[in-house]
Amino acid sequence: MRMNVTLGREDIVRLCERVEGAQTRAYAIPKLTDEYPGMTIGDGYAVQLELRRRFLAAGHKQVGWKAGLTSKAKMIQMGVNVPSIGFLTDRMARPENSAIKTSDLVHPRVECEVAFVMKKTLIGPNCTRQDVLDATDYVLPAVEIIDSRFSGFKFDLESVVADNGSSARFVGGGRARYPADIDLRTLGVVMEKNGEIVALGASAAVLGHPAEAIAMLVNILAELGEELPAGSFVMSGGITEAVAVKPGDSIVARFQELGSVSMRFIE
Amino acid sequence: MDPQKITAYGDELYEAWLACRPVRPLLEREPDITIEDAYQIQERFVARRVQAGETIIGKKIGATSKPVQDFLGVYQPDFGMLLSGMVYQEGDTIDLATLIQPKAEAELAFVLKADLKGPGITAMDVIRATDYVLPCFEIVDSRITDWKIKIQDTVADNASCGVYVLGKTKGDPRKLDITLAGMVLEKNGELFSTGVGAAVQGSPANAVAWLANTLGELGIPFKAGEVILSGSQSALVPVVDGDELVCTVGGLGTCSVKFSGRSKACA
Repeated sequence: MRMNVTLGREDIVRLCERVEGAQTRAYAIPKLTDEYPGMTIGDGYAVQLELRRRFLAAGHKQVGWKAGLTSKAKMIQMGVNVPSIGFLTDRMARPENSAIKTSDLVHPRVECEVAFVMKKTLIGPNCTRQDVLDATDYVLPAVEIIDSRFSGFKFDLESVVADNGSSARFVGGGRARYPADIDLRTLGVVMEKNGEIVALGASAAVLGHPAEAIAMLVNILAELGEELPAGSFVMSGGITEAVAVKPGDSIVARFQELGSVSMRFIE
Repeated sequence: MDPQKITAYGDELYEAWLACRPVRPLLEREPDITIEDAYQIQERFVARRVQAGETIIGKKIGATSKPVQDFLGVYQPDFGMLLSGMVYQEGDTIDLATLIQPKAEAELAFVLKADLKGPGITAMDVIRATDYVLPCFEIVDSRITDWKIKIQDTVADNASCGVYVLGKTKGDPRKLDITLAGMVLEKNGELFSTGVGAAVQGSPANAVAWLANTLGELGIPFKAGEVILSGSQSALVPVVDGDELVCTVGGLGTCSVKFSGRSKACA
């Protein structure tokens, strides 16, 4: 991936403010490339970095990262062909079994993921699946509530990266496990909405193995001149396709070996 | 339906199977055919194979997943008979010349240690009567031209059963989570699709219970030692000369199969 930044500081700040406004006041905006057709993925990450700087300056605490667009299903659904990463903060975390407000989201969707908690710092490039497993403290099941701020969920990679990989909320839960104790490649996953199965799959759907997505994330971080610190919470990307939710919906994600994660949505 | 017609269609499907030459959809010719008629045609088709020397060694459950049910426009599973001539061992190469238009499905097979006779059978009875489960491939094939099947066509055609391959790793359903066990299907070394046990009627044991009850109504019990193929957990994979498939059931093991030659529809 080429991380060349073509936009000037003024444009980056302008786009960041546009994304920040859409995120904090929950409204949809056209994809950024409509106005900046020459925008690169590097520009997208520059906007994301500016967004992170502002959130951290406002007192948000970064808790980790997420890999996005890591499955064939998601790439086809979103019409992109490279994964993306985004940052996660304490303001996005919601407890298991909680009621999650939708009035401060644009068009939320949920997906099942395997999350990793790191015990060692990882530095790319050339980070491998095995490096990730060796640096992992434990894994746990998670549901990510993604919320693209772009109208009609229509976007390209440049825009989605600027929008922090559509990150909105996340819920970790279930049962923590050592990665060596389970086969992380073949975990079955079922997502139920209001008691009905709406999505299913196995963890290999994420780049063949969820740890592969974390390795990729570490390598993208390296291109951005960053590392993945010990203690980070990292989500490896949706195993299932993203399912739309609205107030009144109840979600239960069931994972082989990792227990379940549940939540409900309110106005 | 007139018994003579039932016999004639059963014989026609038997001849089609024997010669590997598909026939026109039955429903195109007999628009009023019922599902009950179709099972009687199946009975005749299977009886011809038994007369020719094969034995019935188990059952298969088909149309268990939502995508297949949507395709067929039916909202219950169907079933067919497993015959001794359908069995391949793991690692065998399947000669495509013996098939018409094969597609592979990754499934969980149940081997029973006790008889089961419906009605009144639940998933709990199925677990109790199960000796072990195995990862397996069913190679479905249609004796109907171009797979232009409706439910009546596939039921008459022995639920489109072709041949099957059982893996070697035996699992105890009291130890393995058959509902949440992931299913990873690879074709020629690349990820093809993922699934999970729950894709089949909420749990493969539910599908087996459904069949025990359905057959029980007809006075047919499951016998100890029978093999029950519980339904596809993967997408259907068309196969051609040289293809190699591997499926892995999370927490259980793998089943692999190779194909060579040309199927009749390709020849």
